[in-house]
Amino acid sequence: MTTETVPPGRDTAVASTRGFVAYRGYRPPAGMLSWALHRITGLGVLLFLLLHIVDIFLVGYGPETFNKLLFLYRHPVFRMGEIILVAGLYYHAANGVRIILIDFWDRAAQYERQLFYAVIAVFLAGFIPTAVLMVRAMLT
Amino acid sequence: MQVTLRIQRFNPDTDTKPYYREYAVEVEPTDRVLDALNQVKWYQDGSLTYRRSCAHGICGSDAMRINGRNRLACKVLIKELGSKITVEPLLGFRVIKDLVVDLEPFFDQYRTVMPYLINDEPPPARERLQTPEERELIEDTSKCILCACCTAACPIFWTTEWLGPAAIVNGHRFLFDSRDRATEERLAVLNQRFGVWRCRTIFNCTEACPRGIQVTRAIEQVKRRILFEQG
Repeated sequence: MTTETVPPGRDTAVASTRGFVAYRGYRPPAGMLSWALHRITGLGVLLFLLLHIVDIFLVGYGPETFNKLLFLYRHPVFRMGEIILVAGLYYHAANGVRIILIDFWDRAAQYERQLFYAVIAVFLAGFIPTAVLMVRAMLT
Repeated sequence: MQVTLRIQRFNPDTDTKPYYREYAVEVEPTDRVLDALNQVKWYQDGSLTYRRSCAHGICGSDAMRINGRNRLACKVLIKELGSKITVEPLLGFRVIKDLVVDLEPFFDQYRTVMPYLINDEPPPARERLQTPEERELIEDTSKCILCACCTAACPIFWTTEWLGPAAIVNGHRFLFDSRDRATEERLAVLNQRFGVWRCRTIFNCTEACPRGIQVTRAIEQVKRRILFEQG
């Protein structure tokens, strides 16, 4: 039996094509972009939900504590964040419908790219008017 | 025309990590990337290592990342890529040397779906006949050449050990075969935690398939079959 000596660093070099580093190695087609956006917006909405649970929880300490914290929601940074949240929600909802179609309608798989463009169209049609209203409310 | 090939190199005996090397080669626009690689190997640097066998898009040996997408080097023409071409090994597998990756995990997953006809009924006097409609169901997935372009393009496969698109395509090929009798066993394999449900319908596999197989569609058909038959 022979023993093979492995030079230091060789393992890390060899293993480097597995794991998250691989994301950088592939030129993403439309489908990969749609999936990445779906994950990012999903995590973003989850993060907001956690925050939302915390602030609703504060009602338990009486209306004054709750009201005191409402200044956060009026802060311009938070309101900008709200616009981003709305963007995430619109995209996640529209792309969610696309995924449901792909899951249950056999022909949808052949039109996944067109469906992705439709998702972007629906997203823009929903988001732009909403963003205009939100920015207007922010300025007044 | 002259093109610059930027090739990822790695020799496990001397290198600690992969690096890139550029080669200038003279090729025709209608040449394939494989021809350019041969130019390098035959006339410039004999140490360059890659797999190729039939060189006509049938054996599936020369799957690699060409300009960031999984392709067969023998099917992509230089004129489709321009004068700067980056060639790298498939993602998600251990690199053995240069562009050669260890595909053993890929074939292990392939074997788990039992990619062969299972039918214990006594064979008829002639062949087991199918109607054209029955044949149509497995037409697409029969085209697979096991090049691993799809599995190595799957972002889920890069981070998670799961069956991968190619194994499911080959499971689908027998699952939807009217002559096959191992439906239950095959569905059980595909319905595992690391079976079809890991698919997130990213469509990288469909985009990468050099045979034009609607890979994601096949995976979705298996999902629906499990859902409606075993649910």
